[in-house]
Amino acid sequence: MTRVVVLVIAVISAACSGRMPVLDPAGPQAGRIATYWWVSFWLSVVILTAVLAFLLHAVTRRRVLVTPPASPIEDVRTERRLTLGVSAAVGATALTLVVLLVTSIATGRALHTFGGTQPLTVEVTGHQWWWEVEYWDPVPSQRVRTANEIHIPVGRPVLVKTRSLDVIHSFWVPGLHGKKDNIPGHPSSLVLQADRVGTFGGRCAEFCGVQHAHMQLLVIADPPDAFEAWLQAQRRPAAIPTDPAAHRGFDVFMQGPCALCHTVLGTPAGGRTGPDLTHLGSRTTLAAGTLPNTPGHLAGWIIDPQSEKPGAQMPANSFSADDLSALLAFLGGLQ
Amino acid sequence: MSAPARRRLAPDPAEAAREALDRAALERAWSNPAGFVGWLTSANHKSVAIRMIVTAFGFFALGSALAAVMRLQLARPENHLVGPDLYNQIFTMHGSTMMFLFAVPVMEAFGIYLVPLMIGTRNVAFPRMNNFGYWIYLAGGLMVWTAFVLNIGPDAGWFAYVPLSGPAYSPGKRVDLWAQLITFTEIAALVAAVEIVVTTLKMRCPGMSLNRMPLFVWAMLVTAFMVIFAMPAIMVASTMLAMDRMVDTHFFNPAEGGDALLWQHLFWFFGHPEVYIIFIPATGFVSTLVSTFSRRRIFGYPAMVLALIATGFLGFSLWVHHMFATGLPLLGESFFTAASMMIAIPSGIQVFCWLATLRSGRVVLRAPLLFALGFIALFVLGGLTGIMLAALPLDLQVHDTYFVVAHFHYVLIGGALFPLLGAVLFWLPKLTGRMPSERLGRWSFAVTFIGFNLTFFPMHLLGLGGMPRRVYTYGPGVGLTTGNVVASAGAAVLALGLLLFFANVAWTLRRGAPAGDDPWGAETLEWATTSPPPAYNFAYLPTVDGSAPLWSTRERPVVTGLRTDVREVLITDGIDATPDHRHRLDGASIWPFLTAVAATIGIVTALFTPWGVTIGALLGLITLTGWFWPRGAPEHAIAEEQP
Repeated sequence: MTRVVVLVIAVISAACSGRMPVLDPAGPQAGRIATYWWVSFWLSVVILTAVLAFLLHAVTRRRVLVTPPASPIEDVRTERRLTLGVSAAVGATALTLVVLLVTSIATGRALHTFGGTQPLTVEVTGHQWWWEVEYWDPVPSQRVRTANEIHIPVGRPVLVKTRSLDVIHSFWVPGLHGKKDNIPGHPSSLVLQADRVGTFGGRCAEFCGVQHAHMQLLVIADPPDAFEAWLQAQRRPAAIPTDPAAHRGFDVFMQGPCALCHTVLGTPAGGRTGPDLTHLGSRTTLAAGTLPNTPGHLAGWIIDPQSEKPGAQMPANSFSADDLSALLAFLGGLQ
Repeated sequence: MSAPARRRLAPDPAEAAREALDRAALERAWSNPAGFVGWLTSANHKSVAIRMIVTAFGFFALGSALAAVMRLQLARPENHLVGPDLYNQIFTMHGSTMMFLFAVPVMEAFGIYLVPLMIGTRNVAFPRMNNFGYWIYLAGGLMVWTAFVLNIGPDAGWFAYVPLSGPAYSPGKRVDLWAQLITFTEIAALVAAVEIVVTTLKMRCPGMSLNRMPLFVWAMLVTAFMVIFAMPAIMVASTMLAMDRMVDTHFFNPAEGGDALLWQHLFWFFGHPEVYIIFIPATGFVSTLVSTFSRRRIFGYPAMVLALIATGFLGFSLWVHHMFATGLPLLGESFFTAASMMIAIPSGIQVFCWLATLRSGRVVLRAPLLFALGFIALFVLGGLTGIMLAALPLDLQVHDTYFVVAHFHYVLIGGALFPLLGAVLFWLPKLTGRMPSERLGRWSFAVTFIGFNLTFFPMHLLGLGGMPRRVYTYGPGVGLTTGNVVASAGAAVLALGLLLFFANVAWTLRRGAPAGDDPWGAETLEWATTSPPPAYNFAYLPTVDGSAPLWSTRERPVVTGLRTDVREVLITDGIDATPDHRHRLDGASIWPFLTAVAATIGIVTALFTPWGVTIGALLGLITLTGWFWPRGAPEHAIAEEQP
């Protein structure tokens, strides 16, 4: 009976697959993998059902004896029939495997190819525990550096180069593609593409230390022109604020500990230990998907990051209430 | 000297009197010192094996408790029951305990208990080394669990990927403790493997040629060879890691020309065969259970043996499927996908042969068989998800997610623990002389089976839903809550099922009905002696003339002519098991224990200073000298005396 229940669950799971990013692909790469999944899923359902049915039949076929009979039974004709049956089953297994193997290899090769369009190149570096994202451009000043959120244009392939400078991480956005590890000393890459506008959750998939659980990222697929506008906005350095509160916040940032680890383009702050904050206000989350980007959460994060993300590299900071609200005003202005 | 003669055992009073005399002499020659000292010095394969089984189940209980804590932590999103640091220690300890301190040792322990009985001999080939192996195993387990209790348990995962486990990102002693746990377990595993290989190949009773060997013995033989070939990889890897950490080498440091991926290759070259090291003995259990309770010999014996051997070889050719996401060349992708899928063929052969045996036999549906049937259902499901994981494109999506967690728990709990529990029920009468409760056995099977599926089936869906492994928490509203709640509730049911099972074992020990020699009507030689067997196993070594000796209606001659006043065994030819010569085995000794203590001192001291290696070597030299100091009459003098 339990086996029947298992099957029922399997079918229900098939029915509600819409909620699962792996089975709800938004691009050609994830789409091909999802197709492979359905091929192997249905083959598996058939095989499992057949084996379980045969097993149930075999054990319930004859009257169950309470005491063991005196001697075992074997007869030549039965043996020959069994040999045929087992050989056929093994042959069917081999055939199924060949089908799966060919499909798998074809799918694998397709994942390596992409259309003639010039891909957008994004380098994603894993850090303990956040993502550094750099949009490549032949002109160094045109490159854009951001963190934890990757905007991409819909319908254009994106070459994601994965790398790491500390431990191994793994870049994974299930709605768009499978994983690619970020391994120190072994730069790698994958090509993904979004075919529809949307926000796709991603995360680090390789255990990378104490805050592996809070190393998430977002991929935001925009229409091409919106993407270009976003990229242009990201290229602009931050303006020194003129508003007095924000300006005081600017001073707090530059004279306090913040500037040691974070970069704000157009200001003296050039630390590379933590994420680039030049356009912090344009992001939706803080601390690699740990918190929503609201002034309240940002304040909490600045004062006591360890209670939200124990073990994170960012230390606790103490600011007077005035300094903190000034700092928030400055950071909020970094659009 | 000639080979010992065979004679037919006839039930006449003179024969019976002589047998009683022989038994008394054998009892004197083979008994171990009593009490605490006897416990440290035992050279009896059965008492060492039982001790190892009990210890392994002790570690199983500890590992399960850790699993329960993880399920409690994940029962709701953003839970604060345990923090990330403790959670990482817990999953590292859970994996390491279950793999290194439970699954492999318990399978080897069953091998050490059953192989000599099944092949009709008196002991394992190296009884003192056997005892040494147990103490080393225990010392490794105690060391790492002491560290965990002191909150300095390893926390880099049971796979300890560099650079995370390297000196820069895991300061302190935690990963060193893990590396030394590997040192302990690899010694213990190799000791047991050598025991099993030599015992199986040189000590089978006359007539038990390789093609008549019970499938369980075949399974243990293949497993033991796999241990011998797989362990060196992890031995090299863990030593390189320890050297990177302790004496500043740079094997795995990319900044100095080392390679982070080298670790993964070495680890998985061991790690994947490790799965089969656990699984293949379990198939031996299943073959035994299916055959006994179908009341017929296993269908397709030669195919089964070849499938075991093929699994053993193929198991070494697919380690890279753990590394698909690291980025492989196209040809590598195709090769390792094909190799990983191919292993489904020998596994399929085994499943089909079991089904054929059940289909053509007269099935007696007793509790041990239920576990074997549960195994077939769960293993087929786990195998099918394994084929999914073998395909590179799909693996890229579900690799390192809960889908994989579900998959390997289906193949490890479904594929190894279920047969093991069936085996415990099945051989408990032999080990203890008492019958387990059939009713409790059935209930424990049903509850365990349901609990297992409730716990692990939803994990497939969690993985597809994007939940990665090794996360101490997850956010609310991301579609992962329901699956985790069901899994945690299922874990409670699973725990209840396991408690019922162990309650049955406890009940058997206290209240079980006397079992007799062969309560199940089984076919192999361990059922030809008393339950529990005497220290010398058989009064006269048996001979066999077929693959199911106890089901043969022909009279079975026995071997006579071995000395009864010393520990003498018959050494036979490796292929045909024709008698070759008599051999005297070592008896009880304190030196194996002392050598284990010396090795433990060396390994533990090496955590703190490289001089530990020197200290351990010097102490080991002393104890090994004591161990191998010549005593008593030289062996050739004994061999020439004729009884």
